[in-house]
Amino acid sequence: MTVESTAARKPRRTSGSKRASATTATAKKAAKAGAQNVTPEQVQLLTPEGKRVEHPDYSIDLSPEELRGLYRDMVLTRRFDAEGTTLQRQGELGLWASLLGQEAAQIGSGRATREDDYVFPTYREHGVAWTRGVDPVNLLGMFRGVNHGGWDPNSNNFHLYTIVIGSQTLHATGYAMGVAKDGADSAVIAYFGDGASSQGDVMEAFNFGAVYNAPVVFFCQNNQWAISEPTEKQMRVPLYQRAQGFGFPGVRVDGNDVLACLAVTKAALERARRGEGPTLIEAFTYRMAAHTTTDDPTRYRQDEEREAWEAKDPILRLRTYLEAEGLADEAFFQELEEEGEKLGKHVREAVRAMPDPDVMAIFENVYADGSALVDEERAQFAAYQASFSTVSDSGSAAGEAK
Amino acid sequence: MAAQNLPLAKALNESLRKALETDPKVVLMGEDIGKLGGVFRITDGLQKDFGEERVIDTPLAESGIVGTAIGLALRGYRPVVEIQFDGFVFPAYDQIVTQLAKMHARALGKIKMPVVIRIPYGGGIGAVEHHSESPEALFAHVPGLKVVSPSNSSDAYWMLQQAIQSDDPVIFFEPKRRYWDKGEVDTEAFPGPLHKARTVREGTDLTLVAYGPMVKVCVEAAAAAAEEGKSIEVLDLRSMSPIDFDAIQASVEKTRRLVVVHEAPVFYGSGAEIAARITERCFYHLESPVLRVGGFHAPYPPARLEEEYLPGLDRVLDAVDRSLAY
Ligand SMILES: Cc1ncc(C[n+]2csc(CCOP(=O)(O)OP(=O)(O)O)c2C)c(N)n1
Repeated sequence: MTVESTAARKPRRTSGSKRASATTATAKKAAKAGAQNVTPEQVQLLTPEGKRVEHPDYSIDLSPEELRGLYRDMVLTRRFDAEGTTLQRQGELGLWASLLGQEAAQIGSGRATREDDYVFPTYREHGVAWTRGVDPVNLLGMFRGVNHGGWDPNSNNFHLYTIVIGSQTLHATGYAMGVAKDGADSAVIAYFGDGASSQGDVMEAFNFGAVYNAPVVFFCQNNQWAISEPTEKQMRVPLYQRAQGFGFPGVRVDGNDVLACLAVTKAALERARRGEGPTLIEAFTYRMAAHTTTDDPTRYRQDEEREAWEAKDPILRLRTYLEAEGLADEAFFQELEEEGEKLGKHVREAVRAMPDPDVMAIFENVYADGSALVDEERAQFAAYQASFSTVSDSGSAAGEAK
Repeated sequence: MAAQNLPLAKALNESLRKALETDPKVVLMGEDIGKLGGVFRITDGLQKDFGEERVIDTPLAESGIVGTAIGLALRGYRPVVEIQFDGFVFPAYDQIVTQLAKMHARALGKIKMPVVIRIPYGGGIGAVEHHSESPEALFAHVPGLKVVSPSNSSDAYWMLQQAIQSDDPVIFFEPKRRYWDKGEVDTEAFPGPLHKARTVREGTDLTLVAYGPMVKVCVEAAAAAAEEGKSIEVLDLRSMSPIDFDAIQASVEKTRRLVVVHEAPVFYGSGAEIAARITERCFYHLESPVLRVGGFHAPYPPARLEEEYLPGLDRVLDAVDRSLAY
């Protein structure tokens, strides 16, 4: 169903697009891959078959080491993600939001950021977190239900996960406005989904970003689905084209191509640094797993769709390229395998050892300045809790908690 | 179909089905309510049977959903909106509070706003942030809105029928942790009006007032107290706006003691309103101050702490003891 309607909504707006001519080669290739991928505007540097191609606007030259680094990032991120799913199944996590299939979009864009850039994620950016050096174990606390975030956003310039969809795009824009006011040359990147792009907040973020010429990059991972709703239930114009109406450039990138994601994001961040304002990047990718572990995709999507996207797997295509060009040997893949095992083991053990928070944590950090009301309720609750240990002495808990 | 034993969720589903069958102007709107049947499956199978014109999967925009529901209502439809979780109603809060609630009054009664906003609410299911909140007081405070919450399958079925038939906007809070509890539903025996409280259990020593998810806890508390020889009356409020103060007053005149229980934070919560009004109405009948049991003045905690945060049997019984000790 995605196939028909994506095709159906294409012609009117895209046929006149200036971008279309620059990427005809990509377009033809994509057209062959199926109607769903008729994306003449899509920037691609590495084909699904693992072939390196050039793009006039986004050339990139990476050393073998850098290429292996991107591959390593994607493999370890996928490994971590799989561990999250397993831990949920074993009851160690209450919920898990898998990024399976979105590794290239996240690693490519995340690796494009500079240390002093600031990242505003949604709730699925485990790969971006990895590129920012956030301890993956920290990401699991909120899914285990021991906290609502659990890391200091300022230590890695990686903001807390945001569950209310779209909200963080405004925070990112405001942060970027502050960066500009400070005269700093860092940039900000905000992540959100295709579904979230329907929220008013996101539209407002686009407008504020444009009006104030804020150094912010809007990075949408269009994974084709918002839980059960396909993109045609969210929009009738290819998402990246929306930027034009706000007065800044939009570009669609092959979200399963880590090189293209890196190149396009880098260019957008540099543009922001130069004071030229926002860019909207639409990473065209696919959510291969369920929306979260509580979701049941068999109710709304076909197996063939996933199979078609598996053929475009971001990790596989880079491996093919690395092998074909002799950029990585068997030992590299072997070591990475072992590193993955180690990471998995570490995460498993760390999660199982993660203690439940102290009950009194309920009352912590409600206010930075403290509050007499919270103090009173804390004291009452503490007395109530204590009454249980004195039940045997007094015979009754009554009165103690008054 | 007459009497059936149904989980609360299924009762809601049957109720929506009935509404779609009987009134062609009823339309359902929300995120994932079509093929998926909603994240809680309350709309399961309805799009298949009534089509995409009646059961509408919307873009992910709560302000948009409620705002367009208002427009549909202006055009003579009766939209029934699903908000996916309690914490996600706030993007729509502006539309609900500044527009939906006041339209009838501003038009000097010339237009009606028969919009129902269904919100699964409350905790106890081990969810992440924004999936466990009880924001009913924020809506009950707004003139023009009716705010109700069923606690069992029969009320789920009937109160939703009544909400849809109401010409006023109704915020319909569904106790999500009771979705899977079964109960008798008689689809022919029409119950009392939407705003009437219900006596769940008779008693003479103290009145417990609750609604939605906390009714079950209070019934259990009353049963536990009975073993200690205390006779507790339990009232299910059903409606938080308006509130059936007459029913509470009648009960308190009998028992002379009142404890109000809800999941939402106590501070500025519905318990405060009930305590104040009942104190006014029953000052000379009361043997002890009206006590409240509920959430703390703190964000709803992460899942591993929610059992401590939520009023359970012990905290209700503790309040009962404190009231009786006066
Ligand atoms: C304001 C709001 N409404 C509803 C939800 C429930 N919800 C969580 S994720 C989601 C789908 C989001 O889809 P998309 O933005 O495409 O991102 P994806 O999860 O596919 O990465 C929904 C509806 C929410 N979190 N916030």
